[in-house]
Amino acid sequence: MVNSGPRTGSGSTLSIREVSKMHFAADGSFVLALDRITLNVAAGEMLALVGPSGCGKSTLLRLIAGLEPPTTGELWVGTTPIVGPSAERGLMFQDHGLFPWLSVRRNVETGLAIRGVLRQCRHEVEEFMRLVGLEEFADVYPHQLSGGMAQRAALARALVNNPQVLLLDEPLGALDQFTRMRMQDEILRLWKARGTTMVLVTHDIDEAVYTCDRIAIMTPRPGRIERVIDVQLERPRQRNDRRFTELRVELLETLHLTGGDNRGIGPSNALAAKE
Amino acid sequence: MATSLTDSQSTALRVHPQRGSTPLPSALIALLPTAAALVALAVHRFLPDAQLPPLTWLETVPSWQHPYPLILCTLIACSLLATTLQAAFRSLQPSIRHFSPLFAGAVAVLGAWELITVKLNWLHQPFFPGPDEVLGAMIEQRKILLESAWHSLQLLLAGYCVGVIAGIVTGVLVGWFSQFRYWAMPALKVVGPIPATALIPLVMALWKDSFLCAVALIAFAVWFPMTILTSSGIANVRQSYLDVARTLGAGRIYLIFRVAIPAAMPNIFIGLFMGLGASFLTLIVAETVGVKAGLGWYLRWQQGSMEYAKVYGALIISAAFFSTLMTMLFRVRDWVLQWQKGVIKW
Repeated sequence: MVNSGPRTGSGSTLSIREVSKMHFAADGSFVLALDRITLNVAAGEMLALVGPSGCGKSTLLRLIAGLEPPTTGELWVGTTPIVGPSAERGLMFQDHGLFPWLSVRRNVETGLAIRGVLRQCRHEVEEFMRLVGLEEFADVYPHQLSGGMAQRAALARALVNNPQVLLLDEPLGALDQFTRMRMQDEILRLWKARGTTMVLVTHDIDEAVYTCDRIAIMTPRPGRIERVIDVQLERPRQRNDRRFTELRVELLETLHLTGGDNRGIGPSNALAAKE
Repeated sequence: MATSLTDSQSTALRVHPQRGSTPLPSALIALLPTAAALVALAVHRFLPDAQLPPLTWLETVPSWQHPYPLILCTLIACSLLATTLQAAFRSLQPSIRHFSPLFAGAVAVLGAWELITVKLNWLHQPFFPGPDEVLGAMIEQRKILLESAWHSLQLLLAGYCVGVIAGIVTGVLVGWFSQFRYWAMPALKVVGPIPATALIPLVMALWKDSFLCAVALIAFAVWFPMTILTSSGIANVRQSYLDVARTLGAGRIYLIFRVAIPAAMPNIFIGLFMGLGASFLTLIVAETVGVKAGLGWYLRWQQGSMEYAKVYGALIISAAFFSTLMTMLFRVRDWVLQWQKGVIKW
């Protein structure tokens, strides 16, 4: 199944077991970035990781991607342990990470080219370019794209590889409110069509409630999962729904961000700060 | 669009030109080189010579066949042709408007040169010959000058290519592998800043062949800036490019050759430019190390025999030679780095 042609578009389960991560500094000191995290994500589920700066949510994402090894604990995708990065786990950053020296089309093709299946799968590239509405911009360079278009291109690049798990690290953080809301629908549409398991790191509470099945709230120093909230709202969700607002308030209360008395986590804009 | 406006609208939109900013008509600008060349010709023809020119082959040709007045006449002919063409084809006007003042300026420099040497003798023979004598020397020596330039080109390209390839290889090794960096950086810091020409005794001890010696010197001069800039470009590739490539399944070979090196290209080109400059300098000096041909060798030789007209002729050829190579490298860069160009947002 690994690295062989197009895969069927269904996600895998993701299981994080007792994972800790220490960051060591050159002077011998260390920081406990993640403290015994245990979390299971069902196949095809969309999970949000929210929390203030420094709670380790991006670190956790890097561990799932296999870019860094955990200090202790294990991570599994389906029935295989994660030992390094793989095309099965796509990643998308806030700064889109498109290669500026390649045209948009060549960027989207990158994953297929690396796996040596570009010739068989060229039609998929076209399909995804159309899906994210960039077919007219296939031959321009990334610096010619607007922020939202660059993120759509990055999304297409991650999805064309047909990953079983897609990891999104504040993918819409740098976009304006209108573009962000449009992109949320776009991601939901693609998620529904592909059935990919998704983990979304975000500092936008609305975004988490609007898009995700479950929301894991993390607290910093050391990074822990404080609570996991089920979002039992039927889709398509309404942002002005009463239960949507209630859930939002519940989340803000868990994060001690309801205003006035801000004990615990510090200034109320802690979440808005870029990690 | 303006034609569809009614009278009152166009009155409201009329732009008042600022006083004194009326642009000169194109024909007048196109004639600037002609005017400058006519003045230079008059200086050449009617002012008496104050400098005593040496006896050269020019003595045997009639005065109107001398190279300097012939070149001025050719320029006048070209300028008049350009003036006619820009009247016929409006699309030529912008480039002719752009280049005419530059050509006129170049002619003025030639005229001033003749004025302060031949005509007024503020600068004396034999160190400061006039333009006619220098052009005459270039024509007389055209064969050996071309041979020298050809020889220099071979030497330069051989040394430059060796230096660039070696510099990119060491630069990638230093930039990518921390083990290699640990050992190589101190060595680079000690060896790199040595001027290549200071190594002349060493290379002469290593190789008998003077061509090899010169190639080694030029290669060394190019290698150092290439190594430093390539390695810093590789070491500073944005982490997100590498992370994304790895999650798309990329292995180490792909990361180095398809991510790190393309991302480091802007830096690598700075190294290529610095290396080219260093190679010119080293070439001229290296050609005095027993090499019996080349522009540097020719310069030394003519300077030794006090033939300053030939020295200036060789300098003019060298300038054309080096600036052509620089221009070619600029073209290559613009083509390779076209993804950097432009800030147009869709």
